[in-house]
Amino acid sequence: MKTFFNDLYKKANKGPWPLIITVGLMVIGSITVYQSPRSLGAFLTLMLCPMMIYFLKINTKVKIFMGLLLAIVIIPVLGIRNIFYLEVIFQMAVFAALALGLNIVIGMAGLLDLGYVAFYAVGAYSWAIFGSKQLSLLHSIPGAAPAGAEFSLSPSYFWLFLFLGVGLAALAGILLGLPVLRLRGDYLAIVTLGFGEVIRVLALNLDKPINLTNGPQGITPIQRPPLPPGFILEPIRSLLTPIVGHVPTDAEFYNVFFYLLALVVILIAIAVATRLEDSRIGRAWAAIREDETAAIAMGIPLVRMKLAAFAAGASFAGCMGVLYAANRTFVSPETFSFLQSIGVLTMVILGGLGSIPGVIFGAGAVVILNIQVLQNFSLYLSALRQSDAVIPIINFAWKDLSNQLDPAKYQKLVFGIILVVMMIFRPEGLIPAERRKRELVEDKE
Amino acid sequence: MKQFTSNPFYKFILFPIGQMLVFILGASLALSLFIILLAFLFRSNVTDFDLVERTLLILPQVLINGITIGFVYATIALGYTMVYGVLEFINFSHSEIFMVGGIVGVELMAYFDHTGALQTMNQYVVIGLAILLGMVISGSLAVTIERIAYKPLRGAPRLVPLISAIGMSFFLQDAVRLILSLTTGEFNVILPNFGTFDEFLILAVPGIENPLRFQIKSILLVGVTVIMLVGLNYLVNGTKVGKAIRAVAQDRPSASLMGINVNLIISITFLIGGALGGAAGVLFAIKATRLDPFVGFFPGLKAFTAAVLGGIGNLTGALLGGLILGLLESFGASYLSIFTNGAFGAEYKDILAFAILIIVLIIRPSGLLGQTVAQKA
Repeated sequence: MKTFFNDLYKKANKGPWPLIITVGLMVIGSITVYQSPRSLGAFLTLMLCPMMIYFLKINTKVKIFMGLLLAIVIIPVLGIRNIFYLEVIFQMAVFAALALGLNIVIGMAGLLDLGYVAFYAVGAYSWAIFGSKQLSLLHSIPGAAPAGAEFSLSPSYFWLFLFLGVGLAALAGILLGLPVLRLRGDYLAIVTLGFGEVIRVLALNLDKPINLTNGPQGITPIQRPPLPPGFILEPIRSLLTPIVGHVPTDAEFYNVFFYLLALVVILIAIAVATRLEDSRIGRAWAAIREDETAAIAMGIPLVRMKLAAFAAGASFAGCMGVLYAANRTFVSPETFSFLQSIGVLTMVILGGLGSIPGVIFGAGAVVILNIQVLQNFSLYLSALRQSDAVIPIINFAWKDLSNQLDPAKYQKLVFGIILVVMMIFRPEGLIPAERRKRELVEDKE
Repeated sequence: MKQFTSNPFYKFILFPIGQMLVFILGASLALSLFIILLAFLFRSNVTDFDLVERTLLILPQVLINGITIGFVYATIALGYTMVYGVLEFINFSHSEIFMVGGIVGVELMAYFDHTGALQTMNQYVVIGLAILLGMVISGSLAVTIERIAYKPLRGAPRLVPLISAIGMSFFLQDAVRLILSLTTGEFNVILPNFGTFDEFLILAVPGIENPLRFQIKSILLVGVTVIMLVGLNYLVNGTKVGKAIRAVAQDRPSASLMGINVNLIISITFLIGGALGGAAGVLFAIKATRLDPFVGFFPGLKAFTAAVLGGIGNLTGALLGGLILGLLESFGASYLSIFTNGAFGAEYKDILAFAILIIVLIIRPSGLLGQTVAQKA
C-alpha cells in the first residue's frame, strides 16, 4: 500500500505531469463546482487542487501564481455563485488559524492546552462588547434592551481591534501561564481545561451585577467593518454579474471580504509559524518539548519560553476571535465550549503535531467532515426515513429509525475516534513534521 | 496497645471509619468556623437581615449536603487516584465510566418499572441490584478501555495516552447517546419514582431552632459509600492483591521481577476503580434523578480536583479531598449569593472547584496528604 502510493507520487512528479494534474484538477474542479453547486465530490476535487499544488514539484513561481489564481479569483467567484462553499472555506480558514496557533503550543513547545478556545473567546468578546451596543446596556436587564441604544464605537475601529484582540489574547495567555506553567504536562492540561471552562462560565454569567456579556443569549448585533468604497466595488459587481448569474449583494461581498481577510491572517500565521520554527525560540521550544531537564541544563529560560509559546499561540486565536465576531455579528458562550477546544486539538493531531502543512490539512479535513460529510449523511438518512426502503437481511424498515439519530450531531464520536486511532496507529499525524520524519528515519537505521 | 492495633477488626473496620469521622468533623468544623467568622466581619455591610443569624440558620443543611456530595466525589476520586498511582496517568475517561454506571443502573430500575416488579420489590434490593450491575458494567468497561486505548501506548510520552483518554471520553459520551437514542429514542434517562427515598428523616436537636432534616437517599448514599470505602481499604491493605497493587504502584519493573503479573494487576486496578465509579454513578443517579450522556464531565473533573487536593495516588487523600471539595462546593453554592447580595450565585460553584485546583497545584502540588515524589517520567 505504502509503496504503491510512493510509486504513484514518483510517477506523478515526472516531466509535465505535475502541471497537467494541477491545471486539470483546477479546471475540472471549477467547472464541476460551477455546474453542480451542491455536490460534495465536485468540492473535494477543487480542494484537492491546492494540496497538489503544494505537494507536486513545480516551479515555485508557477506554484505561487496558481495558488493566487485559485485563492483570489476562482474561489471568490464560485463562492458568490454558491455562498455555502464560501462559508465552508471561511470556517476552514478560521480553524486553520486556530490549529496553527495551537500547534505552536502543543506541537512546537509540547504543552497540552485543553482550553485553547478560551483565547478565541477573549478575542471574540473584546470586539463583541465594544463593537455592539452592549456598552450602553451595562445597567439594563439582559433581553430587555431599551430603545435608542447606540453603538459605542464606529465600525472602522474593527481594524484596531484586530490588533487589540491579538494583544488581549496574548495577555490572557501570559496571565494564565504565569502561575501554571511550572506544572507538569498532564496537570497543565487539566488546569487549562479548567481555565477554558472558567471563561465560558464567566461569559455565561456576567450579565449581573453589570450586564457585560448579555449572558446565555449572547451579544448581537455586532458591527462589521465598512466594505471598500463604491468606486472599487461597483466595477467588480458589474463584472461578476454575468459570471455568477445574478447581481452580487452586499452580504455576499461581505462573505468574500471576510474570506480574504481570513486568508491574510492565515498567511501571516503561516509566515510567523515557519519563521519561529527554526529560530532561536523555536529551537528552545523543541528542546523543552523533548527533555525539560536537559533544556534547563542548556540554559534555556524555561518559564519565559513557555510563556512565549502560550502568548504566541493565544494571539492567533484572539485575532481570529475578533474576525469571527464581526463575521457572525453574534457571539454566545456556547461557541466556546470544551468541544471546540477538542475539535481544534483533533485537527492538530490528525494533521501532525508540529507540522504546518499538516495542521492546515487537518483543519480542512475536520471541517469538511463536520459540516459536509456528516451533514450529507444526515440528509441521506432522513431521505431514507421518508422512503419505504427496508434493510434487506435484518428486515428493518428505515422508517422506524429513531429521529434522534442525526449524524451531524455526532461530532464528539468522530473526534473521539480520530484521537484514539491516531494515537495508537499514527501518533506523528497524516503529514508528519520534517523533524519527526528525520527522527523516525534515525530510529530505523 | 500494639496487640490491639494489629487486630484486624480494628485495623480494617474501626480505624478507617474513625478516620472518616475525623475528616468529616474536622473539615465541617473548620469551614463552619470560617464562614461564621466571615459572617461576623461582613455583618455591618448587610442591612436587610442579620447575616450571622441567616448563616447559622442554614448551616446544618449546608453541611449535610456537602458531606453527601463529598462522598460521591471521594468515590469517583478513588478511581482517578488508583490509576494514577499505578500508571502515573490521568484516566480522563473515568468520568464517562461513572456516567455509564449511572445510566445502566437507572435503565435497570426502569426495566423493573416496565415489568411492574418495581413496586412489589423491596426498594433496597432494587438499589442493591442496580449498584451491583453498575459496578460490573463499569468495571468491565474500564478494563476494556485500558486494553484497547491505553495498553498499546504504555511507554509512550506522557501526553500520548492522555490524548487517547480524552478521545475515549468523547467517544463514550456519543456512543452512549447513540445507543440510547437508537433503543429508546431519547437520551435523557429518568429515575422511575419508587420507594421512600425522597422522604426526610427529621431529627430535633435541642438548642437548634429548626430540626435537622436528613433525606433518606442522602443517608443511603453515605452508608453505601462508607461500606465500599471500608471494603476498598481492606482490599488494598489487607489482601495479597492489594499488596501487589501497592508494589506495582511503587516500582513497576521491580514488582515484575518479584513475579507479579503487572498487566493483570493494572487490569485489576482499572476494574476496581471502574467498579467504584459505576457504583458512584448509580448513587449519583438516585440523588440527581435525571441523567444524560454528558453528565459525567463536571463530577469527573471535581473528583479529579479532589484527588489532586488530597494528594494524587493516595487513597486516604482522595477521601479527604472529596469531602473538602464537596463541603466547599456546598458552602459556595449556598453562601456566595447571601454574602454578595445576589450578585454572584450558585452558578459559580463549578468555577470554585477549578480555582481550588489551580491554587492547590500552585501552592502544594503534592496535595494535602501526598508526599513530594520526584517525577518518574
